[in-house]
Amino acid sequence: MLRRPALKDPRREHASFRARAWIGYALILLALSGLLARFFWLQVVQHQEFVTRANANRIRLVYLPPPRGLIYDRNGVLLADNVPAYRLEVVPERVPHMQAMLQQLAQVVPLSAEDLRRFRDELAQQRPFQSVPLRLKLSEDEIARFAINQWRFPGVAVVPYLMRNYPQGKLFAHVLGYVGRIDENEQARLDPELYAGTLQIGKSGIERQYETLLHGKPGYELVEVNVDQRPLRVLERVPPTPGRNLYLSIDARLQQAGEAAFAGRPGAAVAIDPRNGQVLALVSVPSYDPNLFVSGISDADYRALLDDPDKPLLNRALRGLYPPGSTVKPYLALGGLELGLRTPQDTVDSTGEFYLPGQKRGYRDDQRGGVGRVAMVQAIEQSVNTYFYKLALDMGIDRLATWMGRFGFGRPSGIDLPAEASGVLPSPAWKRATFHQPWYLGETVIAGIGQGYWVVTPLQLAHALATLADHGVARAPRLLLAEQSGMGAPRVPAPPAPVTPSFATSVPDWDTVVQGMVGVVNGDKGTARGLGVGFPYPIAGKTGTAERYSRTTSAYDTHLTNAQLAARHRALFECFTPAADPRIAVVVVLEHGAWGGSAAAPIARRILDAWARERGLPDTPLTQAPPG
Amino acid sequence: MNVTLARLRHALLRMIVRPRLDLPLALALLLLAGVGLLTLTSAADLEVHVIVAQATRFVLGALLLLAVSRVPPVRLRSLTPWLYAISTLLLVVVAALGEGRGAHRWLNLGVLRFQPSELLKLTMPMMVAWYLAQRPLPPRWRDMAVVGLLIAVPAVLIAKQPDLGTALLVAAAGVFALFLSGLAWWRIGVLFGSLVLALPIAWHSRFIHQYQRDRVLTLLHPESDPLGTGWHIIQSEIAVGSGGWFGKGWHQGTQSRLEFLPEHTTDFIFAVFAEEFGLIGVILLVALYAFIIGRCLWIAVNARDTYSRLLGGALAMSFFVYVMVNGGMITGILPVVGVPLPLVSYGGTSAVSLLTGFGVLMSIHAHRKLVDSRA
Repeated sequence: MLRRPALKDPRREHASFRARAWIGYALILLALSGLLARFFWLQVVQHQEFVTRANANRIRLVYLPPPRGLIYDRNGVLLADNVPAYRLEVVPERVPHMQAMLQQLAQVVPLSAEDLRRFRDELAQQRPFQSVPLRLKLSEDEIARFAINQWRFPGVAVVPYLMRNYPQGKLFAHVLGYVGRIDENEQARLDPELYAGTLQIGKSGIERQYETLLHGKPGYELVEVNVDQRPLRVLERVPPTPGRNLYLSIDARLQQAGEAAFAGRPGAAVAIDPRNGQVLALVSVPSYDPNLFVSGISDADYRALLDDPDKPLLNRALRGLYPPGSTVKPYLALGGLELGLRTPQDTVDSTGEFYLPGQKRGYRDDQRGGVGRVAMVQAIEQSVNTYFYKLALDMGIDRLATWMGRFGFGRPSGIDLPAEASGVLPSPAWKRATFHQPWYLGETVIAGIGQGYWVVTPLQLAHALATLADHGVARAPRLLLAEQSGMGAPRVPAPPAPVTPSFATSVPDWDTVVQGMVGVVNGDKGTARGLGVGFPYPIAGKTGTAERYSRTTSAYDTHLTNAQLAARHRALFECFTPAADPRIAVVVVLEHGAWGGSAAAPIARRILDAWARERGLPDTPLTQAPPG
Repeated sequence: MNVTLARLRHALLRMIVRPRLDLPLALALLLLAGVGLLTLTSAADLEVHVIVAQATRFVLGALLLLAVSRVPPVRLRSLTPWLYAISTLLLVVVAALGEGRGAHRWLNLGVLRFQPSELLKLTMPMMVAWYLAQRPLPPRWRDMAVVGLLIAVPAVLIAKQPDLGTALLVAAAGVFALFLSGLAWWRIGVLFGSLVLALPIAWHSRFIHQYQRDRVLTLLHPESDPLGTGWHIIQSEIAVGSGGWFGKGWHQGTQSRLEFLPEHTTDFIFAVFAEEFGLIGVILLVALYAFIIGRCLWIAVNARDTYSRLLGGALAMSFFVYVMVNGGMITGILPVVGVPLPLVSYGGTSAVSLLTGFGVLMSIHAHRKLVDSRA
């Protein structure tokens, strides 16, 4: 085979090149058309989708949480406000190594185990681009230290916020309650739109009761951000609507006086204006500092509060359960008159002991040997048990329960605070439902002096007292006096409390009882005699001392010393003034008081003094302690 | 001395006053450079020093273009083997002691740093054209093997740097010269077939870096890694797609202005253009590129000898590869490889080497009428 060497043929090469060039160009144009088709697909067919994603890239919706409404007392004394503070926030998706970052950060700004636990909990719930608070309430020192080291912590920022503050500290803790971090349950129940950007919510007290008023409505900003999420400009801004300011019926000076009068002894006091149900003071001792809860209370602090034997977290005014003792006697006496079982003149012989027919078990008077024959006024004045044993028997437990129920015993008073206790108004129906046992006659006897199954809260007692003082008109106690849409805006009075029309049928009957109560304070033999000395108005009152008797025997428990007795007894005192035209009703319960008259009554007097002082009445302090 | 200076001055003056240019191509390039500067101005967020630097390179490139356009192809042809050898040698040097972030691409000559791989974009088609021009055409297997070797050595060196984008461009320039030399279609078929068969082997070989594999995989599923490798593709598609028919307007592209689009002055500047000028702008720009490629091919077809034809044609078609690979990358149909959009992307060596290439084409155009028996 002969292989002919190929020869160069310029003309053929040129022609071949020309063909290849144009074929190549055709292919190129085809490829470029394909590229343009791709552009068409992205820019025209899928345009809307990509516009949305471009906007999602660059626009962040930043919620502006509303400043919480302020809370004042009736005279404009500030009880709760907001103070500027700074917190650390973390945007999880901007942090490359969360664990390492937290460890390093802890060396710059102290992070408690509690902070970290809470942070992790929230981290699990939030989307990665949403910032999660890590530490609240940074000190200036901590802010400065973080600022220097900020470059080491991408995704972590110091964010200003408004922190709830209770300038009066523990004085109003049991009225106002406190705000705290929104927990998981609340998160599920809240309207996410309304609470967007809000960290805290009212947990108890007024803060919880009027959460919807206090919270307000968040605003928002549409912010254009760059790839580092740094805000560049605000595209749109809708300011938040601040929460409404609340004015409470509480009078800070009365509250102060009441709290001081307890001198740290556990107990509660409630003062109500009987004319309208407004609560003037609501004291529960001991108390706690609600500011501790605002930024998340530490485990140690919380445990200390829980372990305190005096239970500072317990709101005794609302939830403290006490046997009312002799404080029920005026209501019972009124029942005797209104039900036609007694006239004011009917007398009963007090011999010191009372026996049910055919029973050996005796029921005792306060004074050994009794006080002799007494009519209703003296019976109230001297708190004569025998009189009320008989009255209760004559009335019968069913009528007694129905009558006392009209004063609100055995059910919540309806105050505008959450978690109020019901207490117990003894009745056969109640006993059957609770213990599946029949009612015994002896239980009716002791029900007549507020013992046995009886349990009331100080607030219930104050509510009953106000009902008595206002001649049978029962008004739910009210703390909210007025609300206001902002500083300087007109105060809008709160709607009045629910009122039930008076159930009094004979006003003179009520005056008889009040006469007996005036005797308690002003009579020679009154159980709180001397309490009204120097007070400008006549005071009507009634003492009560619960659990004086041993539970197991009917005998005086002579083994106990006075001090031990005192520790077990609850001293109660209820009073209102002026007796003829009541404007304030006060109930005091002292847990470790020996006698109602000597221990609880002076506390009530201090509150009354503060009340009188406020009205420009002569300030004449109680000089003489009343005998028990 | 004075005479030399005067001659130099004369030559420079002639170069500028009576340039040997193809006017349509020159105008198209000028228009493209203008569009490029306009887009870069927006992409660089009006940073003056970036624009000045790029404009300076354009001026430098234009001077080189004018200078090269006066060099007759015959002279280029005689220098070709040397230029190819030197540039390939420089690649070896770079592999030994080059510098650069992560990749060894740069050579530091004290006064200027440059990428020797850029030189190959020009010397590669020159070398293939040089070799084929003296062989009987269409080429046979032996010629193909030689050409294959000429292409493979520098391409592998560049790919090893690693710079897959440039390796692709350099290899493409050589392959185009081979294609234009009239290689029989059945041979092309055999080549293509074996390439397809070799692909899975290459994929698993150590020659392909893992990151390169990832880029290809990411292209198929960009959402699988939205913050890593997929980020570029996703953000680029968002930029392009949100541009719509008419675009958001100059300097109004949020994707680039707010820096969601990475590399928005260099490799992804086409996405900025598409975002701000829309599909209409893209069609016009691609049409401009198509015109430039067509004009260059026309020049090549009318060239006086096989060497010039092959060289001109290969340069024209490799210009297309830039546009296609970059456009495909920003629209998410091709993997992310570092190929700039010619004369629009910010970057020195690319602009200068491209304009030098157009200088060669201008020279081919200018010298087409001369009768040369040595063809």
